[in-house]
Amino acid sequence: MKIVKIIAWIALIALVAIQFFPVDYNQSETIPQTDFMLVNNVPVTVEKSLQVSCYDCHSNNTQYPWYNKVQPVAWFLEGHIKKGKEELNFSEWDSLTIRRKTSKLRSIIKQIEGNKMPLDSYTLIHRDAKLSESEKKLLIEYMSDLKENLNN
Amino acid sequence: MKKVKLVTTIMVMAFISLTAVSCKDAKTDKNDSTEHHSEMNADGDHSKMNHDNSDGHHDGDKKEMAMNGNGTSQVVLNDYFNLKDALVADDNAKAKNLGGTLAKSLKAFDTSKYSDDKQSELKDIIEDATEHAEHISESDIAHQREHFKVLSKDMVDMVEITGTSMTIYQQYCPMYDNNKGGAWLSMNKEIRNPYFGDKMLKCGKVQREIN
Ligand code: HEC
Repeated sequence: MKIVKIIAWIALIALVAIQFFPVDYNQSETIPQTDFMLVNNVPVTVEKSLQVSCYDCHSNNTQYPWYNKVQPVAWFLEGHIKKGKEELNFSEWDSLTIRRKTSKLRSIIKQIEGNKMPLDSYTLIHRDAKLSESEKKLLIEYMSDLKENLNN
Repeated sequence: MKKVKLVTTIMVMAFISLTAVSCKDAKTDKNDSTEHHSEMNADGDHSKMNHDNSDGHHDGDKKEMAMNGNGTSQVVLNDYFNLKDALVADDNAKAKNLGGTLAKSLKAFDTSKYSDDKQSELKDIIEDATEHAEHISESDIAHQREHFKVLSKDMVDMVEITGTSMTIYQQYCPMYDNNKGGAWLSMNKEIRNPYFGDKMLKCGKVQREIN
């Protein structure tokens, strides 16, 4: 019994202690000129979906409500942001060539179609980030149009 | 005694939290190294390559060069064809390895003998193609084929610039990707479909003969 108690205490202490570990918050003051929303004429509905469902991991600006600041959630998010931004960074969209944009748009469409993005592990906590069927349809249509127009 | 237990528990806790944080990266590392090993057997047919050694020296590590020839578009094309054959054979694991090989030869591709204009276009193509090849090296076969479609377009555009000494065929199957179609390059006129593999091996036609 004593052991259980000790472990419980240590777990608690550890949980408190990790709260003091520093986290690199992924936040920037300004929106760069290359931002996806700035360079494209994005309808409000699409903008909202992207902002809520994708921008946390795929831009230079993550929203940090309190639960995103709590460890180990913050760590978990930090890892995803790093990998996510390597794959796709909406903040730096316009620095890509037409070829790269076309590739990314294709990939975005496939990820949404296949329900792979946003990541399940993320929507578990961020319920509002889950895309409804109509939101998915809207995003896919928008991204497909954008892709067509790039190559004309 | 109590102290020992305490210390052990703390160490276990620390260990668990560290693993929790780092497990993802560790997993990818392991994948990378296994790929490394099997790669050499998987594409033993580098002998087929044109060892065009006209421009001699290259930077980059010696071992890499020994394995990948010397960073020409021909090496890239050969690796692409090997990858295509793995997809034709529905061989996910082999395609993974060959995707990794292709990513490396793309990175080693030396564009310095081309004009500035062509260089910047080639670099664009290489960057795009490398990313597709890297994805192919770590995904399931359906996802590999998605990336292979865009990779194939990169290869077509590359050959447009670099040319090639071989006769190659641009082939096309209209049924892939929900009937949006998919093209690929092949050294053989005969159709062997990399998008469907065994399911529809013969879907497609020759669109264009290059050379
Ligand atoms: C929790 C963070 C997170 C959210 C939210 C998120 N992503 Fe991702 N995304 C990632 C990570 C991490 C990767 C790297 C690949 C992986 O681990 O699956 C990635 C990869 C991608 C890729 C490249 C995939 C490939 O294999 O080609 C695309 C495209 C993408 N995400 C689009 C989106 C879109 C669109 C949204 C919003 C609908 C979104 N993501 C939301 C974390 C996220």
